[in-house]
Amino acid sequence: MFRDHLENITGISIFPMFSLIVFFLFFTFLLVYLYKADKNELIEISKLPLNQPDSPEKS
Amino acid sequence: MTIEKFSYDNRMVRNFAIATIVWGIVGMLVGLIASLQIPFPGLNIGEYLTFGRVRPVHTNAIIFAFVGNGMFMGVYYSLQRLCKARMYSDLLSKLHFWGWQLIIVAAAATLITGHTTGKEYAELEWPIDILIAVVWVIFGINMFGTIFKRRERHLYVGIWFYIATVVTVAVLHIVNSIEIPVSILKSYPVYAGVQDALVQWWYGHNAVAFFLTTPYLGLMYYFVPKAANRPIYSYRLSIIHFWALIFLYIWAGPHHLLYTSLPDWAQSLGVVFSIMLLAPSWGGMINGLLTLRGAWDKVREDVVLKFMVVAITAYGMATFEGPMLSLKSVNAISHFTDWTIAHVHIGGLGWNGMLTFGILYWLIPRIFQTKLFSKKLASFHFWIATLGILFYAIPMYWAGFTQVLMWKEFTPEGVLRYPNFLETVTQIVPMYKLRSLGGAMYLSGALVMVYNLVKTMKMGTLLADEPTEAAALEPMTVEPAGHWHRWIERRPVQFLLLTTVMILIGGLVEMIPTFLIKSNIPTIASVKPYTPLELQGRDLYIREGCYTCHSQMIRPFRYETERYGEYSKAGEFIYDHPFQWGSKRTGPDLQREGGKYPNVWHYHHMMDPRTMSPGSIMPPYEFLTENDLDTSSTPAKIRAMITLGVPYPKGYDQIANQDLMKQAEEITANLKKDGAGIKSTKELIALIAYLQRLGTDIKNEPASTPPVTN
Repeated sequence: MFRDHLENITGISIFPMFSLIVFFLFFTFLLVYLYKADKNELIEISKLPLNQPDSPEKS
Repeated sequence: MTIEKFSYDNRMVRNFAIATIVWGIVGMLVGLIASLQIPFPGLNIGEYLTFGRVRPVHTNAIIFAFVGNGMFMGVYYSLQRLCKARMYSDLLSKLHFWGWQLIIVAAAATLITGHTTGKEYAELEWPIDILIAVVWVIFGINMFGTIFKRRERHLYVGIWFYIATVVTVAVLHIVNSIEIPVSILKSYPVYAGVQDALVQWWYGHNAVAFFLTTPYLGLMYYFVPKAANRPIYSYRLSIIHFWALIFLYIWAGPHHLLYTSLPDWAQSLGVVFSIMLLAPSWGGMINGLLTLRGAWDKVREDVVLKFMVVAITAYGMATFEGPMLSLKSVNAISHFTDWTIAHVHIGGLGWNGMLTFGILYWLIPRIFQTKLFSKKLASFHFWIATLGILFYAIPMYWAGFTQVLMWKEFTPEGVLRYPNFLETVTQIVPMYKLRSLGGAMYLSGALVMVYNLVKTMKMGTLLADEPTEAAALEPMTVEPAGHWHRWIERRPVQFLLLTTVMILIGGLVEMIPTFLIKSNIPTIASVKPYTPLELQGRDLYIREGCYTCHSQMIRPFRYETERYGEYSKAGEFIYDHPFQWGSKRTGPDLQREGGKYPNVWHYHHMMDPRTMSPGSIMPPYEFLTENDLDTSSTPAKIRAMITLGVPYPKGYDQIANQDLMKQAEEITANLKKDGAGIKSTKELIALIAYLQRLGTDIKNEPASTPPVTN
């Protein structure tokens, strides 16, 4: 039933196609980037929370 | 390279920490009271302390006051240190803090006095909505100001989560709160029925996603490495975690509306994305837990890590359960039952609560330059809180399964085995009592924490402005070779825009077709606008929070249509501003309540539910027979409805009260005939008028045309 209503909306077919393309491209880019990313730099960034001293807990 | 001296603002961190603790206790206490009101209906006292009003206070206090302040505490601490910069403006910090506390107080005061929009987790009325938007923007400016003046070029992954939170919560809040004011504390949402439901659950689900999850994931990415003193397990994984999570989350809202009158394609879309969400969620959980690889011996000794491990584990359980509950076949069982309540408390008590406690135990001694007053007490808190979660959740799972199995059971003759809804409630009352015990355990642990932390604060002194130094950020003359993500990571504005685009795509793809449908869907001819008296009655239904226990949505299952009648159609809700489908059936569905019982039944049932239904756990609403209905609001309400497109005749607002009185007189006369004496001006008359109208319109459909379905 709703398919009929949806079909009446002009250009509705673009919605699922658009979603699929965006979805596909997005994750492809993400994976390609991660594959190519510089490992050493990532390790360096991951140390950001640790490389400044907090006022240490007294014990 | 110049070294700059500056200081971190710890005073604001302390303020938010105290607010977190105070509102946490208040929110949990209110939750305990609400949970006790179910098995002990005598605890519903007077007009202001009925379950329907207390429950929204609990949910709002926990989400926006406890977790909200907890988020701000963690963000203010970690953002300064990750950016190597003091918060952008002390004045904005102050405005943010006090503005947020003002919102909380205003929220509690208005909710308890019955001023509510009737949309779950968005119950606050329009003046408070505006205040929330203003304070949120202040928070955003303060955050971005800090990011702009940072002394560290890279934006750590925790900050991405904070940015996504700021943007998305703003979008969600504004879109879902578009409403037409009727008076200073009353408004109608511009959306109606199915559309209102879609917008509300797009909001509701993402309130969970972007208020309870993403900011806390940001905190996890900062505080877990801090507490374990080792970097996050995989930074690569955290990048996937972030982008996949914010991209997928925004689509998942419709899984709250499975088997309802929402268009089927939107339901399916919600299901698909919900299932995909499992991947990034578990990626995040694994990333958090594996950070502790090789350090599990520390977990045995360090109570902070214990809290964090349980928090991350609870996150993993809740995010496994979530996609599972989004499967239509599972949702058919879980929806409207206590299973949902168990699920959200795994998230709330486990993930948000335990992570907050862990951060508090880590952070308070540090900013107060001392050590924790008692590790033993903290350890006690950990164990009683963990046990409390189990004592809370297991009875709720049990109650959920029991009730749904009873709802669904047919006799061999093909009739419902438990046709009286009440039987399915009294059966699970012991579970409700056990649940309260679990909640009380959790609360008592939190009280021990208060004592422990107050003692800790008294032992030390607050380092209000923590001196530090860092090299100034040199302007980059040559862009170093790198990938687009390196590029985006250094540019907060572009990052903000990309994040916004990501979260808008899902929302738009779901909403545009649903809104366009309005002009295409054949409306049901016999569905007419509410009479003025029914409209007033509906507002009383909303005011009393009836939706917290009663649904108005009959799903197309045999066991539902047998019990309640014809299943709900999208076209029946076109004049419902707001929709009142509900999400939980502690009481029966009311969609086809109209005409089921005589007026006098409702009269006695409202005076004392137990006279009509022995064993009922519904609060008494005697005060509705004492309060006069405020008819002065009728013209404004009719005008607002006309603005929203409800087809009342032109100029009807001026004569609406005449019709209202006429209908009230009829009901009063009918009640009098049956021996119930009440004045026609009382609120109860309006509520009865509304209840008797519910779901009756399609029965007036001419028999030759079959009812329109979706």
